Amino acid sequence: MIRRRTVIGIATIAALAAAWYLATMPLGLISSGRFPSPADVWLSLRQITTRGYANATLYQHIVQSLELVVLGFLVAAGTGVPLGLLMGWSRRAEALINPVFLLIRPIPPLAWIPLAILWLGLGDAAKIMVIWFAAFVPSVINSFTGVRTIEPAVLEAARMLGTPRWRLVREILIPAAAPMIFTGLRLSLQASWTTLVAAELVGAIFGLGKVLNVAQTDIYPGMIFVGMACVAIFGWVTTRLLAEVETRSLPWIQLSEARP
Amino acid sequence: MTARLTRAETVLYGVAGLAAFLGVWSALSLSGAVPHQFLPAPHEVAARFVQLATTPFAGATLGAHLASSALRFAYGFLLGAAIGIPLGLLMGWFRVLDEIVSPAFDALRFIAPIAWVPFAALWFGTGIGGPIMIIFAGAFPPCLINAYRGARHVSRPLIEAAEMLGTGHLRIIVEVLLPASTASIVAGLRVAAGLGWQSLIGAELIVASTGVGFMMVQAQLNISTTTVMSAMVAIGMVGFLIDVALRGLEAAVRRRGLVA
Repeated sequence: MIRRRTVIGIATIAALAAAWYLATMPLGLISSGRFPSPADVWLSLRQITTRGYANATLYQHIVQSLELVVLGFLVAAGTGVPLGLLMGWSRRAEALINPVFLLIRPIPPLAWIPLAILWLGLGDAAKIMVIWFAAFVPSVINSFTGVRTIEPAVLEAARMLGTPRWRLVREILIPAAAPMIFTGLRLSLQASWTTLVAAELVGAIFGLGKVLNVAQTDIYPGMIFVGMACVAIFGWVTTRLLAEVETRSLPWIQLSEARP
Repeated sequence: MTARLTRAETVLYGVAGLAAFLGVWSALSLSGAVPHQFLPAPHEVAARFVQLATTPFAGATLGAHLASSALRFAYGFLLGAAIGIPLGLLMGWFRVLDEIVSPAFDALRFIAPIAWVPFAALWFGTGIGGPIMIIFAGAFPPCLINAYRGARHVSRPLIEAAEMLGTGHLRIIVEVLLPASTASIVAGLRVAAGLGWQSLIGAELIVASTGVGFMMVQAQLNISTTTVMSAMVAIGMVGFLIDVALRGLEAAVRRRGLVA
């Protein structure tokens, strides 16, 4: 039934695109002050790619946002996954850290934005701090759960055979927890994008969120559309890349979920 | 994994962890290692929190700001559930609907809810309509996805039995699919509430003239770190209470045995 699904999917998207064109251009059902027509979007796209908008060209905005998302995500994953593994492995570490974690966790990542701006200003450092806070939590929780769901018998067998500790970590702990770790990383990546866009909307010099922010003040629907489309496209691209890394590094797992 | 700890040990480690956290924080603040204005000590934040309950800041007391945020949250969340759950169930039952809605839904899913802020402000204003749309953008997808997954995982014999008895579409959806997917739906509501609450805070940081997010921005502009931190505590507390309420609902559903 995959073929039928694809056909209907393409037909729906085509119908939506046609409805968009008809409603905004010839029929004028939706005023261009509320939602842009395809022509408006094209003009905005040309403006931002050639002359630039909100202090920079589209390319510079995209590079800026992508850099921060990737950097923040890597910092969060680099600290969150080891901490989660440690908490999963050692009940002492869990007992020590968990209460602090429970205290901080209910605060939504976006609520850290004003504090980050107070501490670090409107530059890159504040964005990375907020992304780090946002993306850290899913990495920790899922790595922790990954370790805790390992069959105790497997660990006991390895121990009985006298496997040294570092081999236990590298050859049993990490591979067994890997599917959960990747689930956490995927959530972390989504959180990174959300927080970055929010942080840039609140205050920034460049970036896709800045484009949205300026377009909102200018009441410029075409440019809002371009900004949102870029956020969606690059969110999708980075998610696909992560899924690719996942399939390559876990060849023994058949990914059942088709949706990324 | 290391051996289980006794209850006393767990409590001891937990207290030690919390004490270390608060101790380092106080030490950094009181020793002057970090400018005091940017990192007030925990007890100062607590004092400010109590003070804000009665003294207005940015036009209202903390309680009043929270109340206006909570009201918006309730509207947006209920709207997301009221549209997302029925649509998800319908998509789980009528394959054509699934095939028509899924491509558009998948394309929109990669737009972070917060990126809708400019359009939300343009279409519904910054008073109550705009923020509600942002909460909706956060809460709607998990409601839809979980209702859909729940409906798709209902056991075949149950549906076949209903069909054999000549049950109509509507009654199958309401009396078979809905009860059988309640557990999944409630789990979706929990995710939706978390995302909705966090999206609301983000929206209020960007566009709003009341609400706890607005209060944080004002505090940030006035470089009042104690107020920012008090608001973060309040946001965390409300988020926690919402989660507790939904966890209660989850437990109640499980006890009632609505799970097929």
